[in-house]
Order: sequence, then C-alpha cells, then structure tokens
Amino acid sequence: MLYREAINLALDETMSEDINIILLGEDIANVGGTFRVTEGLLDKYGKARVIDTPIAELSIVGNAIGMAIGGLRPVVELMTANFSLLAFDQIVNHMAKLPFMSAGKIRLPMVLRMPQGVSKQLGAQHSENYENMLSSVPGLFVFAVNSPNYAYHALKKSIKMDDPVIFIEHELLYNKKEEIDMKSDLDPFKARIIKEGEDITIISYLKMLDDTASALDDIEKELNCSCELIDLCSLNPVDFKTLEASIKKTGRLIMIEEGHKMGSYGAQIISWAVEELFYFLDAAPLRLCGKNVPIAYNRKLELASIPTPKSIKKDIINWGRINGL
Amino acid sequence: MDTALMEDLYYSMLLGRHFEYAAKENYFQGNISGFLHLDIGQEALSVGAMKAFEGDVFTTYREHVMALSRGMSANAIMAELFGKVDGVSKGRGGSMHMFSPKIGFYGGDAIVGGHIPNAVGCAYARKYQNKKTGCLVVFGDGATNCGGFFESINIATSQKLPLVFLCENNKYAIGTKIETVSAFSKQAKKVEAYMPTVEVDGMDVLAVYKAIKKAGEYIKEGKGPIFVEAMTCRFEGHSISDANKYRSSEEMKKCKELDPLLKLKPLLDKVFVEKIEAQVIRDITEAVNFAHESPEPSLAELNKYIFTDEGLKHAL
Repeated sequence: MLYREAINLALDETMSEDINIILLGEDIANVGGTFRVTEGLLDKYGKARVIDTPIAELSIVGNAIGMAIGGLRPVVELMTANFSLLAFDQIVNHMAKLPFMSAGKIRLPMVLRMPQGVSKQLGAQHSENYENMLSSVPGLFVFAVNSPNYAYHALKKSIKMDDPVIFIEHELLYNKKEEIDMKSDLDPFKARIIKEGEDITIISYLKMLDDTASALDDIEKELNCSCELIDLCSLNPVDFKTLEASIKKTGRLIMIEEGHKMGSYGAQIISWAVEELFYFLDAAPLRLCGKNVPIAYNRKLELASIPTPKSIKKDIINWGRINGL
Repeated sequence: MDTALMEDLYYSMLLGRHFEYAAKENYFQGNISGFLHLDIGQEALSVGAMKAFEGDVFTTYREHVMALSRGMSANAIMAELFGKVDGVSKGRGGSMHMFSPKIGFYGGDAIVGGHIPNAVGCAYARKYQNKKTGCLVVFGDGATNCGGFFESINIATSQKLPLVFLCENNKYAIGTKIETVSAFSKQAKKVEAYMPTVEVDGMDVLAVYKAIKKAGEYIKEGKGPIFVEAMTCRFEGHSISDANKYRSSEEMKKCKELDPLLKLKPLLDKVFVEKIEAQVIRDITEAVNFAHESPEPSLAELNKYIFTDEGLKHAL
C-alpha cells in the first residue's frame, strides 16, 4: 500500500467508527487533497464531515480547535508545513495551551497533518521543515511519518487520542510502498530500529531516513563496520530509552535531518546524548543537516542545500576515518 | 421588563463592580500579580450579554465580570487571581484564562482576536450536532483589525453558522484611539456585506440584554451569524499598569456620567438596592478571604494538565 493510501485508510476506518471525526483543509473534499490523501472520503462521508476550507490557515487550525472544544474530533490537513506559519498563533497559543491553562477542563482531541520538506524545485517558500519549532512547544505530541505502516497505525491512534497531535509527513514519501501489518499494535511513541548494528547509531526520520538507508551498504563496506539505523518516529516526546540502549552498544552517534543546521531538531538529540551519555561515546557525534540557506529553485542548488545519499555517504565515511573506524 | 430580571442584572453588575474594586485593591496589596484588565464601567455589556445568551461563550482577557455573570463563583475567580489551587483554573490560568465548559464558558483568551476562529469552529460543531443554540464571541474594537476577524466573518457567513459576534467598542485598542488604527469608528461597517448588524448602547444593561436575546433568537433561524456592536466606555486603563493618560479628564468625566449602575438604580426598589449592596459586600469579602486561605498549587503537579493523564504517561 502507498503511504498516501495508508493515511487515507486510517482516516476512512476511524471516520466509519466515529461520527465526531471531521476532516478539514484546503482542496481536501472535491479535489481529494493536493497529494490525493483524502480521495473518496467526500463521497463516503459528505461535505459536513469532509470540509473544503478557505485558504486561510489561521482559521483552519483555529476552527478545528473550536470544533474540538465543541465535542468533535477534527483532523486537519494543512497543504504544507510552510503554511502552518500562518496558523502558528493558533497552534502554539491555543492548541498547545488551552488544555493546560484551563487545568484540563478543555481537551483538544485533534490532529494536525502536514507534509513538509524539500520536494522537487518548489522554491524557498514551499520547501521548509518546521519540526524543530513544533517539537519545542509543550503541549503537543509530534510524530514524523516515514513509512506507510507507521502512517496507518500512528494516525489511527493519534485520532483516538484526547491530546493534540502534530502529524508530520514528507512530500516525497506519498508514493512510498510498503505492506501494512494489520495485526500490529504499533506504539506511535516508540522509535523503530530499521536495521541493527554494532558500531554506529544513526538516527533519522522522514525522508532522510530513506536516503540514509540507501547509502548504508556502501558506508558499512567502506568503513568495515555495522550501523544501527533508527527511525525516531515520535519527535516529542522522544523515545530516549531506545536511543540510549543503541548508543551504549555502539558508542557512536550520527543524527541526520533535512532542516537547516542552525536550531535544528537533531541538535537536541545530540545535546541530550552528550549530557547523559558522554562517557559512553567513543567519538564526537556527527550531525548532518540542511545548510543555513533558503532552498533555491534550481535543482543543483536545491540538492546542495540538503543531505543527499551521496553527501551522507561521503560525510559519514570521512567522519568514520577521522574517528578510527 | 420584569422586576426579577432587572434586579438580577443590577445585582450582577454591582457584584462585578465590587469584584473589580477588590481585585484592584488586592493587586496593589501584592496579592494579585501579572495582568489585570478591569471591567469597571463596562458591566452593562458584560452582564447583559452573559445573562441573555443561551449557548456557548468565547471571550477575551477582560472576563471576570462575564465569568461571574455566567455563573462562575466569585470565590473561584478571586482564588484564580491569587494564583491559588482553588482558582477556577487551579492557578494555571490567572486573570485572563478562566474556563468552565459546564456553563458553556470557554475563556478567557489573551491573544487579541485569537479566540474568534475558535468560536467559529464551535459554532460549526453546534450546527453539525443540530443543537438549538449556537455561540457568542465577544471581542474589542481592536480585534476587528486582525486578519483572523475577517477570516471569521467570511467563514461564519459562508457556512451559515449560528454565531453572534459581539464587539465591545470602547473606542481604544489598548491605548490607541480607534480612528488612528481603524478605517471606521463604527466596526459594523466592516461587516455589513456579510451579515445583519445591530448597534446597541453598551452602557444600558437592559438594551444589551434585549439586543443579545434577539441576536440569540436570530442565529437559531439557520440564516447565519449576526453582528452586534455595543458602544461602551471603560472607566479604567486597558490594564492595571495603564495609567490611562491618553484620555482627557473631560473625556473621562463624560464617560463616567454613563455609569450603567447609576442608570438602572433609579428603576429599582430602594429596599432591594440597600439589601443587595450589603449582600455584594459580603460576597466579595468572602471571595477575598477564600482566596487568601486557598493553598498554593503543589509543585509536584507542575506537569499536570499539559496532557490528559493518559497522554502524560507518554510525555514523561
């Protein structure tokens, strides 16, 4: 099943069970979503439950919060995370804080889905990653979706939670294919070990995880070592237990992400490892990120702005050699 | 209008007035800190609207009197101002964040205009649930200059939502005169293309009550939202730290001549008025004592309420 189909199925199955689940977003009803995620749901559930909104993100998120206050369980699609900036007051000051400020009298069972990241030549205003900002806000659960299986299970569980969830997707993953394990009782808060290894712990999420995976064979051959690759899955909270066990085993840590290096999400992971596991580390950690530049339209400039399978391979091999691997 | 209702409105306004006096006094005594936006002078609007409207209410940071009139206890509100555990938000919210879903009161929002889209969403929920009532959203004239306000009047109208927009036009956005920052001094101008608009004397509690009753009936018809603009005047600065220097003494004198309590008082029985004044003083004294005696929140519960108890298991 494709990643976008897995999300669609999760929406469909939860909507069929609970009349309070409402979808809202730009172009999600008639068009079926810019990335075809909500295709078919309008016909099945009608326009009162699958709502085409104006192009007004502040209101899309603000209205969803009000719907949740009113007893519904809204699932929002923001066309891209780039537009979430228009809704940041609603996300940060309302969605994340109303439950706390009301001492739990207000509960916001809602999910905010948004794809992000560098796609193909979409230009500076459509290519950003904002998980660093979103994960820094107390009161939000933030999930990063790399695979169809995780997408299906984590979304179903997110929709059923009574707390607000940010569900980050990546624009280049919508056609990723994977069998879904229907019997699995997946815990969305748990990091996923993609491949076990002994010498280096590599942590990533979203599309960079796949780019790293594709370079792994070459890296292992070249450095004559084995890497443990971990999909973080939940960006807030972080499954530190899984990370800790891996780092204690390997003694080496690499963090890979697409966002800009300044203020990057992974800086937090590295910082935690240095603070908590300093004496288990055999080498200074490596952090591979996007450059501190807006993303250019030109394809070559665009690719030079973010880690690619090629740059990941080169950077890890260089780092390995310097660090005695 | 029947006597019992007029007496109730007067009692609520007087309770609100004295509550705010006590809040001010306790602020200067150091028992209350942070922001404190007093509603003194605007009681007719707050009380009239809260007593008249049947559905769910979303309002701003100037909400003590509204919360009181809606049925929240003076004790719980005062304890919240003191930051105590028996406060309506258990000391997490403070003056600007009071909520009580039981009585359909959803804050208490401190981002100007930030709660308007929430009210729109709740009105959608009420329509979807086929509820008889809708929502009331209260905001100042300053909020009508925010983008979210314009988004909201568009969505509420295009979706025909049961929503009363109540603009408290006190002519100042914090300390800036409305004419300086708004294209119109009457904010209804901004809305006329979208929905019916009504102007009401916000210093006349009976007029506000009637206007909001009528507006509440209108939104039940399924024709969409309605906009009520209440012309009002606050006797104090925007917040306790605002010295109110931008208004001349002459302007303030005129403003205070419109005191809504003085307007209603002559219509009431003198014995009732005396009795109720004594009652209000007792109520407020009790609220202050209650707030003093209530314990501080436990530091061990710092993380509580960020998530549900179930969610908190994952977060920590």
